[in-house]
Amino acid sequence: MLNLPENFQSYSEARQQGFMRMKELKEKGKKVVGVFCTYTPSELVLAAGAVPVGLCGVSDEPIPYAEKSLPKNLCPLIKSSYGSAASDTCPYFYFSDMILAESTCDGKKKMYEMMHELKYTHVMQLPPGRSGEMALASWHNEMLRLKEVLEEQLGTVITDEDIKEAIRLKNRERKAMLDFFEIGKLKPSPLSGYEISTIIDTNSFLFDTEEKIALLNERTAQLKEDYARNFAGRPSRPRILITGCPSGGVREKIIRQIEESGADIVGFENCCGPRAQIDMVDDSLDPYWALAEKYLRVNCSVMSPNPGRIEALEEMLSDYQVDGVIEIVLQACHTFAIESDRVKKFLTTEKNIPYLYLETDYSQTDTGQISTRISAFLEILQGY
Amino acid sequence: MNNNYIGIDIGSTAAKTLVFDGEKVVAFFVLPTGWSSKETAERIKVQLAASGIDVDSADTKTIATGYGRISVDYADSVLTEITCHGKGGASLMDGDCVIIDVGGQDTKIITVEKGIVARFLMNDKCSAGTGKFIEIMANRMGVDIEELFTLAQAGTPIPISSMCTVFAESEVISQIGAGKEKEDIAAGIVESVVSRVALLASRHDTPDKYILTGGLSINPFFAARLAKKLGQDVFTHEMGIYAGALGAALLAADKFNKLPQA
Repeated sequence: MLNLPENFQSYSEARQQGFMRMKELKEKGKKVVGVFCTYTPSELVLAAGAVPVGLCGVSDEPIPYAEKSLPKNLCPLIKSSYGSAASDTCPYFYFSDMILAESTCDGKKKMYEMMHELKYTHVMQLPPGRSGEMALASWHNEMLRLKEVLEEQLGTVITDEDIKEAIRLKNRERKAMLDFFEIGKLKPSPLSGYEISTIIDTNSFLFDTEEKIALLNERTAQLKEDYARNFAGRPSRPRILITGCPSGGVREKIIRQIEESGADIVGFENCCGPRAQIDMVDDSLDPYWALAEKYLRVNCSVMSPNPGRIEALEEMLSDYQVDGVIEIVLQACHTFAIESDRVKKFLTTEKNIPYLYLETDYSQTDTGQISTRISAFLEILQGY
Repeated sequence: MNNNYIGIDIGSTAAKTLVFDGEKVVAFFVLPTGWSSKETAERIKVQLAASGIDVDSADTKTIATGYGRISVDYADSVLTEITCHGKGGASLMDGDCVIIDVGGQDTKIITVEKGIVARFLMNDKCSAGTGKFIEIMANRMGVDIEELFTLAQAGTPIPISSMCTVFAESEVISQIGAGKEKEDIAAGIVESVVSRVALLASRHDTPDKYILTGGLSINPFFAARLAKKLGQDVFTHEMGIYAGALGAALLAADKFNKLPQA
């Protein structure tokens, strides 16, 4: 039912395949840094000669283990991330030489303190907002501190030239990702949102940035051809934009469900979309300043205030010809839950775009309720 | 030709069926859902046949809705209860309105604009603020739902502080144990649901008029308490529990009438 490529790899397949690749890398002496978030300046990790690997939890399996020490009423992403590390069931955590994290939300930063007991976890102090000169200055300082931490932990030296090279490489990767996302602007879209979400989450298990770029470019070219041959001129299904929390942990329950119920997810205004890719790192500036500037612009709801997210939404609504917006908020994510009021008002009052708010966790207990809400929302878009 | 449009709304507690002939409602009945929606759907088919309506005939179109909608294998189409309650509620109110449907398992607030559902809000996965809460508490007090409302009308509410049905039940047990008046406990139970439903409604929209549908719309006391809490008129209709089935039947007429002859 979804338009997926023949060689499509599910998240779990790709994650599994990465295990062996990572083992080989480790045997060759490569250093590995476990990361979680779009605020992570992975350029510095690459400049240190290490590979970053995403550890963000998307499975509900390790959650009962995490609940031995974390509160039940906590975001499932945090519980899942901690649970798979603590229960020793995540090979990527096991292979990581160190963990690199940021003080994003309260839940995460307190969890990282506990994670540090398991493995060295460096937490960059992310400013809570962008206003005032001190925000950028302190974030710049955090970049410099990270350089020292990486050098010390990984036993290496990072030169400005290394960083500049990493910046150029990552910018090329960003460009490839943006080109891929842009396929969703075509109407009808030949690109399934399920595929977008899977590819973005599994890219992190490839470890070779050049390979990632090549694969993305290849798929983008394929999709363009597919559009011209099989989609152009055809009627479009309702076009949905996803916003809110990371959606990797609800890929089956929500993302697949939406598309199987008869709509196309054309874009993501969350961390598996262009949010962190939309602007490049300025390679003409001092690299530490350039990284600080770029990563402070990421529009996550942990930033206060966060007007950039509304601007990004507005732009995506028209660029992607969106018919309806579905906001996914993970249980106990205060910042996105609170910001949803603003998002809802902006969409329904200012933009007159139908909006659905789904609050959920990684369990299967609300599958029926979620699917009824999604179907009812699509019935609205279909004009019943 | 004598067309029949059937709406079947299988909720978690009750299964409502209504037949519309394109001009008027010609039949309606309610059955308990029981433990199997599939069996319920079969019983509905048998009962319709007894009144001379054959669900399999070509000029009979059926839309199923509600939580058991997929179990009606003879339905021509399925739609969610949101769309059907919107359509049915607006028809009972003769136009745009906000529908509050307190069902057995969930509570929905649905805004109808220009005859179609514009937006909706449902309670989260929790039975507080639904018919289930009242049912459980009535059981605990050894009365039926009707009696619970009768008792409540004569009482002064004792607040229930717990938001969770399970904890609220223990609160009620301790109130019973402490020898509180039955009427006051009953009033507290009703007030707790009224507050939850009103909170959900106020998070959604501030309309000119509300209509209460679903099982709790049968009792005027609940609607009256809800109106007081919301500071707005809350209308009820004798066909209120059939709102979903009516909407489904009307949508069947809309959908299948547009075919060739038109």
